[in-house]
Amino acid sequence: MKPSELQTNLIQAARRAPPQDHVPYAFEKRIMARLAGLSPASPWVLWGRPLWRAAFSCVAITLLCCVWSFATAPKPDNPDTFAQAFERAVFASSDQHLEELW
Amino acid sequence: MERTDAELIAAVLKGDAACFEPLIVKYQPRVFATARRYARRESEVEDIVQEVFIKAFQKLAGFRSEAPFEHWLMRLAVRTCYDFLRAHQRSRETVFTELSKPETDWLDQYVVEPGAADENAEAARQLIQRLLSRLSPSARLVITLLEIEERTVKEIADLTGWSVPLVKVRAFRARAEMRKTLEKITKEKYM
Repeated sequence: MKPSELQTNLIQAARRAPPQDHVPYAFEKRIMARLAGLSPASPWVLWGRPLWRAAFSCVAITLLCCVWSFATAPKPDNPDTFAQAFERAVFASSDQHLEELW
Repeated sequence: MERTDAELIAAVLKGDAACFEPLIVKYQPRVFATARRYARRESEVEDIVQEVFIKAFQKLAGFRSEAPFEHWLMRLAVRTCYDFLRAHQRSRETVFTELSKPETDWLDQYVVEPGAADENAEAARQLIQRLLSRLSPSARLVITLLEIEERTVKEIADLTGWSVPLVKVRAFRARAEMRKTLEKITKEKYM
């Protein structure tokens, strides 16, 4: 017995016996009852839902970034502020060059 | 006079939800037949059909009238059935349980006389249902559409939303998966 032949045979048998299409009594009423509280959504609503979700996510991320930046901001008693550190980093190469010249 | 699908759809979109009922009545036998190919229990079939029509109602605004409503609805039905198969993937039979008496008789008859075994189609259908329930969701869907419903690759691509090459690849894999499962059964039973 070859499995490939058996497979063909089983598929042919399945083709000859299609599934029944009978519907339970008043099934459409059951669906209509479920649909009572719903309405067909317009394309704007379909687009609107994910956009609102995205907007809330963006606001949440912005708030988190604000909190993080406040939390990591340099303390006033620290003399080495961000501006000073940045200036030193930018002029580091030129300072070194001037020192070598002198 | 009976209203056309386009007229009913337009009325539903204008807010007359009751106009959706004739559409359900007209197409529910086809949706039931499709759902019965993928779900065994009648309660599961009813849940699938209900979900198809609820989705159809909610997405009706997205329906373009260029194609018939039936095509659009059947696409929705096939995709809902596929979702159902994927959701119930874990409950697939992991061991090939004992075959029923008619199934065993059909197989025995097939071994003795392959030509005569065709007559009892119901047992063969039960057997293939058991076999299909062992396949992965994509394999089961592709075998059902391609081999049993005899649809073309292009039709399957349209129904499932997969590309044509993907359907071909999945069909190749599905046939191999099915052959492997059948080999396992025949080995267990006759060797």
